[in-house]
Amino acid sequence: MASLKFSLILFGLNLLLRIQAWRYPSFRERLKERDILAQLKTRDGRQGRWYRISNGRISSGAGVRNDADVALVFKTAGLAAGLLMPPVNQLDQINALKDFNLAMEGDEDAAAWWTQTMMLTQTAGWEYGVDQGNGVTRYTSMTNGGPVFVYEKDGRIIRITPIVFDDTDPEPWTIEARGKTFTPPRKSSLAAHGQNWKSMVYSPDRLLKPLKRVDFDPDGERNPRNRGKSGYQEISWDEALDIVANEIKRQKREHGPGAIAMSHGSHHTWGNIGYYLSAAFRFINAVGMTRVHHNPDSWEGWYWGAVHHWGQSLRVGQCETYGTVEDLMKESEMVVFWSSNPEGTSGAYGAFEGAIRRQWLKDLDIEVVHIDPFYNDTAQMLGGKWIAPKPTTDTALALAIAHVWIEEGLYDKEFVETKTLGFDVWKAYVMGDEDGVPKTPEWQEAETGVPAKTVRALARNWGRKKTYLGAGGWGNGHGGACRNPTGIQWARVMVCLIAMQGIGKPGVNMGNLQWGTPVDANFYFPGYAEGGMSGDLHHTAMAVELYQRMPQLPSMNTNDQQIPRLQLPEAILEGKAEGYIWDGKSIEAQFNKISYPKPGYSKVHMLYKYGGSIFGTMSDTNRHVEMYRSPELEFIVNQSIWNEGEAKFADIILPACTNMERPDISEWAALGGYAHHGQTQLNHRVVVFQHKVIEPLGESKSDFRIFHELAMRLGLGAYFSEGMSELDWAKREFDASDLPKIVKWKDFIKRGYVVIPNNPEGVKDPVSWRWFYEGRKKDVPEPMPLPSDYTEEYLKGLQTQSGLIEFECQSLKRYDPDDTERPPIVKYRPAYEGPSNPDVAARHPVQLITPHPRYSFHTQGDGKDTFLNDIEDHRVLVDGRYYWTLRISAADAAARGIGHHDLVKVYNDRGAVICAAHVTRRLPEGVCHGYESCAVYEPAGEIGNSVDLGGCLNQLTPPRSQLKKGHSMGSSAAMVEMELWDGSPEINRAPSEPDAAVLTPKPAAEPVPAE
Amino acid sequence: MSKWNLIVDVANCTNCNLCVLACHDEHVGNAFPGYSEEMPKHGHKWIEIDRRERGAGPMVDVAFLPKMCQHCDDAPCMEKAENGAIAKRDDGIVLIDPVKARGQRHLVDACPYGAIWWNEEKQVPQAWTFDAHLLDDGWAEPRAVTVCATAALRSVKVDDAEMQRMVREEGLEELRPDLGTKPRVWYKNLHRYSKAFIGGSVESASGGKVDCVEGARVTLHSSGTRIAETATDVYGDFKFDHLDPDSGAYRVEIAADGHAPKSVDVTLGESTYLGEIRL
Repeated sequence: MASLKFSLILFGLNLLLRIQAWRYPSFRERLKERDILAQLKTRDGRQGRWYRISNGRISSGAGVRNDADVALVFKTAGLAAGLLMPPVNQLDQINALKDFNLAMEGDEDAAAWWTQTMMLTQTAGWEYGVDQGNGVTRYTSMTNGGPVFVYEKDGRIIRITPIVFDDTDPEPWTIEARGKTFTPPRKSSLAAHGQNWKSMVYSPDRLLKPLKRVDFDPDGERNPRNRGKSGYQEISWDEALDIVANEIKRQKREHGPGAIAMSHGSHHTWGNIGYYLSAAFRFINAVGMTRVHHNPDSWEGWYWGAVHHWGQSLRVGQCETYGTVEDLMKESEMVVFWSSNPEGTSGAYGAFEGAIRRQWLKDLDIEVVHIDPFYNDTAQMLGGKWIAPKPTTDTALALAIAHVWIEEGLYDKEFVETKTLGFDVWKAYVMGDEDGVPKTPEWQEAETGVPAKTVRALARNWGRKKTYLGAGGWGNGHGGACRNPTGIQWARVMVCLIAMQGIGKPGVNMGNLQWGTPVDANFYFPGYAEGGMSGDLHHTAMAVELYQRMPQLPSMNTNDQQIPRLQLPEAILEGKAEGYIWDGKSIEAQFNKISYPKPGYSKVHMLYKYGGSIFGTMSDTNRHVEMYRSPELEFIVNQSIWNEGEAKFADIILPACTNMERPDISEWAALGGYAHHGQTQLNHRVVVFQHKVIEPLGESKSDFRIFHELAMRLGLGAYFSEGMSELDWAKREFDASDLPKIVKWKDFIKRGYVVIPNNPEGVKDPVSWRWFYEGRKKDVPEPMPLPSDYTEEYLKGLQTQSGLIEFECQSLKRYDPDDTERPPIVKYRPAYEGPSNPDVAARHPVQLITPHPRYSFHTQGDGKDTFLNDIEDHRVLVDGRYYWTLRISAADAAARGIGHHDLVKVYNDRGAVICAAHVTRRLPEGVCHGYESCAVYEPAGEIGNSVDLGGCLNQLTPPRSQLKKGHSMGSSAAMVEMELWDGSPEINRAPSEPDAAVLTPKPAAEPVPAE
Repeated sequence: MSKWNLIVDVANCTNCNLCVLACHDEHVGNAFPGYSEEMPKHGHKWIEIDRRERGAGPMVDVAFLPKMCQHCDDAPCMEKAENGAIAKRDDGIVLIDPVKARGQRHLVDACPYGAIWWNEEKQVPQAWTFDAHLLDDGWAEPRAVTVCATAALRSVKVDDAEMQRMVREEGLEELRPDLGTKPRVWYKNLHRYSKAFIGGSVESASGGKVDCVEGARVTLHSSGTRIAETATDVYGDFKFDHLDPDSGAYRVEIAADGHAPKSVDVTLGESTYLGEIRL
């Protein structure tokens, strides 16, 4: 019976190939690509059928031939019949592979072509996009700034717009608050970098052909010192891929495990299959590479600090946010935006969804306060009281607020008594009983520059009103002051303040209307951090849910060596580096130390760089420039869409295409993992089939294809792809989600998007922290903390040892109670690079703050001759060059004779960057403001030792970890001086002197002590 | 006869630049015969955002003002255009014909709003078309409006009587009423850009501590007449807005229980923050 079934299926495949070739020209063309003899058979060779493709024609016959190019071998006919009978069961197929019941024989290339041709029999007839008439087709895509319609004509993108919903899409939610009804508009919003995409796709800086540095000879002189200087020559894909594959093999052969490091950005072009946590991770794991281990870059203070007070490790120290939009609108009387500029950062991926809601604050007459050295975009939009502490001093201000609350009894004493631990210990410090210094409003004034009376007024107002604390861009953290040298203290003291006010009480919570909308959080679609096709259960959140829903071959990096990213240059240049792990599974995971090199592993001699530029995003980045020119790195390959940043320092450049030139699937703002339910930033959940709108430009290829073609050269092609294309993987993810319950695949890929219906009337998420405030079991829909991290009973209390909010952190008492950088209670410790360090401030008296950029998405969208160049708040055209914009106060400008849009040199001993001055009243004297994440590095003279015309302000930022026992960037505030630029390429670093030690370029001056 | 109008709410503009970018996206690389030539990739801002920072720290506010072709009913550019190169459509939209206008560089100077741009490569003057090519194709609104998330831009197609009713009810203004060009772009909350404020912070000292004075009664006088009254907030702050810049001498009088009255004289140029006023 099984045997008959198998025969019929094999015969059916023959028919299917012929029918599809007859129906679809694209499939006919596919068959002309190569001649092949393929075989499907049982392992004993007793049953099978062969298929020959020759000159595009199909012939087939029963039986087993031993001259096949490729053979799919099943253990038995019964097993084969089960696996091949449509609809194909993915789990059965994966299990057959794992159990060695199914095998592929033949060369990689032929096998890949044959399996993907078989897959094409299923997909050849699919139709994509909506015809608009006049030869225009409307496709869909997803940018980091929101979902979009992409209009195509004659193979070219003509326009990109937000998605305007139609009558068939579900109705949006409504909130009734204080007698008014609020509902969001029926369309998606879009961030500036999303609207910028057409100019990014057609940027003249696109890499369109594989390139080799002219003086790089893999078999001879490699001239590493010339990286960044020498030009490039175009080579074929075959040559480029052969060089890279051969180098991978050579590194492993000659140096052993650990020799190859992969450095990827924190973000990528959107799409769950093509994302770095997906295709790239599967490739990294398959090859075995030293991980460049990331620091929690936008969350530093929360991960290394706040987590010890309230747990939340699986949210990187930020807290749950469910239901807070409605609670805030109904119950609260005030919102304190503390280092919180959601209008400037769009919730990272949330476009302007939150801005729409924050405008309602005016309708509701809710008071707002903005605490930020910069009169930021949110303050501009909402008005309200602006309080501008000097950067890095916010903790002093917060302590003074606590002092007023304690002195005047303006806090929730019952909550503090019953729901927190160690308040008296912290209170003794705040009141000065511990160190003789009461942390009064007058005390803080000397540190922050904020008048004592203002702090007292704020504290009293806050203490009397039901207040939401919006800290960072998301309101529960993310970005802002947590990234500066005192970010850990700041995040910690934010927790202490909201704990004193009784978090969870109606109207009292963390939030700024950015997270916690009433969208349906229970409908499942995977976020990007769930790892797509990575198979990686260790370094993605796949284990949470996606692995069961989307069965796939697991992948694991056998190479345990890791380099802490902040010290990547030291690892290469000095041969050693130390740091601590970013791992959210528990509070204590962060105490795990990483040392490089790891005993028994090779040092790194090859760098595989993929994604955005590090020169703009890391700290003191002239270190990275130097690293790139080191002979220690025998080989550098950069896989990039654009020729930006350090792509110009590679030996081989592999041109990747954008996500509009390949198929993918994703949901808007669905992050998953550490940002579980990121979709609650949105007014509408939108899942998109990301069409391949146009063919890849030039010879560029998708990241998936590049990895696949390299994998084939390493014999890993079938393992990497599982015989499938990225389109097939997108279909697998669709099937893995809840989408099939509400939309048919063929309708989805044609129309391109689906809006997830909202909860039925009366069903909504509980408000975060309410369960804790009311002493109930945790009831919000997040699978965290992990079960073993509860002290008493599952779902009772927090992740902390006491289950309470701990003013005195028991985890820190256990780990290192004597650490003055991170004591068990939060204290104010002036910044090592801040205004009250006279050694630094004497020569570099101005504080530079470098927040996340408003118009570009990190480096994405910057430079590259895109439309963003025309926004004067981003770049300014001076003498034919678009310079990075640096905001400086009117007072500082006057003192230095600097006029609006003059070119200024902003510098310290780490380097100098030329910017266009934007003179403004939105900054106090002594503070300047320029975005981090410039994509352009353009040294005016000697590489790494001259002024940068591109705008990489991170060349000036402190490389030192916020915490010696951490791996924590503190780069969003630095001490600098600025002057009118005289046109010279010289940096003019001061000669090394003892009191400038804190600014010396080598972080080795601050060694991490051995444990 | 219903006609197109654009309403710009200055209080809602956050300088996100999406309208600017959407205009670039629509017109760079795309020619729409009969409507517009391609827009140069850089240098043109058919929609341009102007700005006004008022006051001084910590009492600062910032307004952004999107400017574009005003689609005037009495458009000065139409008068200056040769061979009918600029025409007003029945729906109120003013279009520069990209063929007829070729070479007419003088039209750039004909617009008192500075909203016409010279395309050097194509040798044509260009301006924001209200996306007439899309409206004629059935689109509901221009792209700048669709992409505006904060409702700073709104397009309405109504007859002129209805528009005048909206002007009255919503307090809409022309950008430059002095020009008399009868624009079809209307501004709401224009005072945030065009008017000035006088503000200050009232404080008092006792027991060695300085504190904000909440609830102080503050009155504003001009030429001996009381013209406005307010009270200080919890931070002791007060602010009188909607004043004409360079409008001369004012007196601010402050009264608070338990303190002697105080007055401050100010000659208003631009918006003025008087700083700390100690009672």
